[in-house]
Amino acid sequence: MSVAVRERDLPLRDVQGPSAVGGGSRRFFDLLLLISITDFKKTYYGTVLGYFWSLVRPAVMFSVLLVVFTQIFRLSGVAHYPVLLLLGIVFFTAFQEVTSTAVTSVVANEGIVRKTQFPRLVIPLATVMTGIFNLLLNLIPVFIFILAFGIAPMWTWLLLPLILLALIGVTTAVALILSALYVRFRDVAIIWGVMGTVLLYGSPILYPFDKAPEKVQTALLFNPLTPIFTQSRQWIIDPSAPNAVAAVGGWARFSISVFVYAAICVTAVWIFRREAPRIAEDL
Amino acid sequence: MAVDVSTAAAPAPSPGVAGRSLAIDVRGLEKSFRLPGQKIDSLKERVLHPTISRDFSQLRALDGISFEVNQGEFFGIVGRNGSGKSTLLKVLASIYRADAGLVRMAGRLAPFIELGVGFNMELTARENVQLNGVMMGLTRKEAARRLDAVLDFAELNEFVDLKLKNYSSGMLVRLGFSVMIQADADILLIDEVLAVGDASFQQKCADVFHDLRGSGKTLVLVTHDMNAVDAYCHRAILLDHGQIVHEGNPQEVGRHYLRLNFERGETSSAAQASAGGPAVRLVDIWLEDAAGERTNSVELDDDIRLRAIVEADRDTPAPTFAFLLSNADGVHVFGTATQLKREAGEPDLLAAGSRAKVSARILNPLGSGRYFVDFGVNREHSQTDNVIWVSKAADFVIYGTQAQTGLIALENEFEAVIEDG
Repeated sequence: MSVAVRERDLPLRDVQGPSAVGGGSRRFFDLLLLISITDFKKTYYGTVLGYFWSLVRPAVMFSVLLVVFTQIFRLSGVAHYPVLLLLGIVFFTAFQEVTSTAVTSVVANEGIVRKTQFPRLVIPLATVMTGIFNLLLNLIPVFIFILAFGIAPMWTWLLLPLILLALIGVTTAVALILSALYVRFRDVAIIWGVMGTVLLYGSPILYPFDKAPEKVQTALLFNPLTPIFTQSRQWIIDPSAPNAVAAVGGWARFSISVFVYAAICVTAVWIFRREAPRIAEDL
Repeated sequence: MAVDVSTAAAPAPSPGVAGRSLAIDVRGLEKSFRLPGQKIDSLKERVLHPTISRDFSQLRALDGISFEVNQGEFFGIVGRNGSGKSTLLKVLASIYRADAGLVRMAGRLAPFIELGVGFNMELTARENVQLNGVMMGLTRKEAARRLDAVLDFAELNEFVDLKLKNYSSGMLVRLGFSVMIQADADILLIDEVLAVGDASFQQKCADVFHDLRGSGKTLVLVTHDMNAVDAYCHRAILLDHGQIVHEGNPQEVGRHYLRLNFERGETSSAAQASAGGPAVRLVDIWLEDAAGERTNSVELDDDIRLRAIVEADRDTPAPTFAFLLSNADGVHVFGTATQLKREAGEPDLLAAGSRAKVSARILNPLGSGRYFVDFGVNREHSQTDNVIWVSKAADFVIYGTQAQTGLIALENEFEAVIEDG
């Protein structure tokens, strides 16, 4: 045998081209983890007070809304309103921060997308991961506050991961849709800025579901976040409050939210898979 | 007969030209882009012009590209700007998706479209090297293990925990190149990254590429610098308008490439001809070694042999031919000129339609590094009456093993002895 022939001959494999998850699952998760960790570090290394700042935003929003709704509008008849409001705001802030960062995430990482072999899905997902780290950290002071407020720990607190899972699911789906669409339609950023306000007032955060007028309740059914807030009220703050199904008036009405939730997830997968291979060219 | 049976029974790995297996197999690759300017960027435009998306004008960047690269081969993809070579690289690197065609590869691929792409300036070298390794397809452990090798090669060990934003541009280039070399992929895809760094770094890169040849690694080099292809590649293809116009050894491809470039030059000069444009064309320019073979490198201490052929389109009286050498920093290091050699009674004239061969042998005291050759023709033996002047008409590398300080290598005697006393 000739010496020039190399020792091992590798078989030819088809090259599939760019995709949402291309390059193998191990590489995908390694990249996701590393990018999330470095993103997280970046958020806190550059600033003097680090972690403190991630608390400031929800804290300020909470204080303002608390004053408005207890001192000016005098919402009454809601048990433990301040902690309910706090929990809702921390959840909503997580949703909003992740989705609004995700909008521009793919475009912001143009260099990587256009010049390396990079699974596109990692980019918005890293934003979600960073959001999850932040949310978990923010929940620590929230629970301290809940205890200080005089609410005794209950076994349903153990169900918190289910609520977080539901929240993370819809957040991820929305993040994927927005990041993929923004590459082609720059209006998405503006639209989503407005939607943030709409969703804040259009979710049962500042008020519980049952305090809303009939027409508003019907609108709230189409918000996939609604069941997340109503259920967390029962499980975390007030066991006497109705569960997510009862609060909205039965399974039929509850299933509307579930359907919207599922539709968003399906749309997300469909859009991202469709757009991912062409992102580098459309940038 | 037994031989026939065995080859038929084991079709993979597919045999390449020299009996080796293929590393890359590309068949009928096609890729079109929408022309910019017609891109719909907002919902409003889409709503107002709902039909526009159906009649984009297309730019065919790749138009039926097929080629094969053997394992262990160094392969060049050459072409002028806009010939489709970068698109081809991006399709190979899974950055773009081809419209049609098939790409198959053997082993792990590491693409380098740009040195240090994906480096995050806010992170330290340690974190970046790890991230980059994972991006190249290593596991996190492997990536952590190769950190030392990367830093050693880049000579940046003491700066491992410094954020990249505090690195100098030279340090970044070194780190980027080092990360590339240490990627340990089976196939390296490299786009124009060789033309960076100072001369000593270039020399180091050259050494690395020489080492990589014969290590079994496959390398695809995409460039418009023929010299890099000449210096490193076994085989090359020349792209023009998204098609392969020539495939063969680097020297042949280089000649086709040169012709392609000069043809374009000709059309533009033909347009100026009526306005008194150039009367002389540079047909070819090259370097020779002592044996008269074309080369692109000169050993330290060896003579520099420059050759050029010019053709006159119109009568050019009393021509003067000049070579000017500049180093990589653009410093003019040496210039020389000569007049037409003729027998007694012959006119001092480069007549229309005639060719002249220009040869210069220059003793070489130059230090190692890359040098560029400008070529010009003046008429009427004047210093200023330029007929043509071609900047960077050719370039070459002077290489040597000894480290040396300064622009030139002068012969010297030098000793230090203990004084008796």
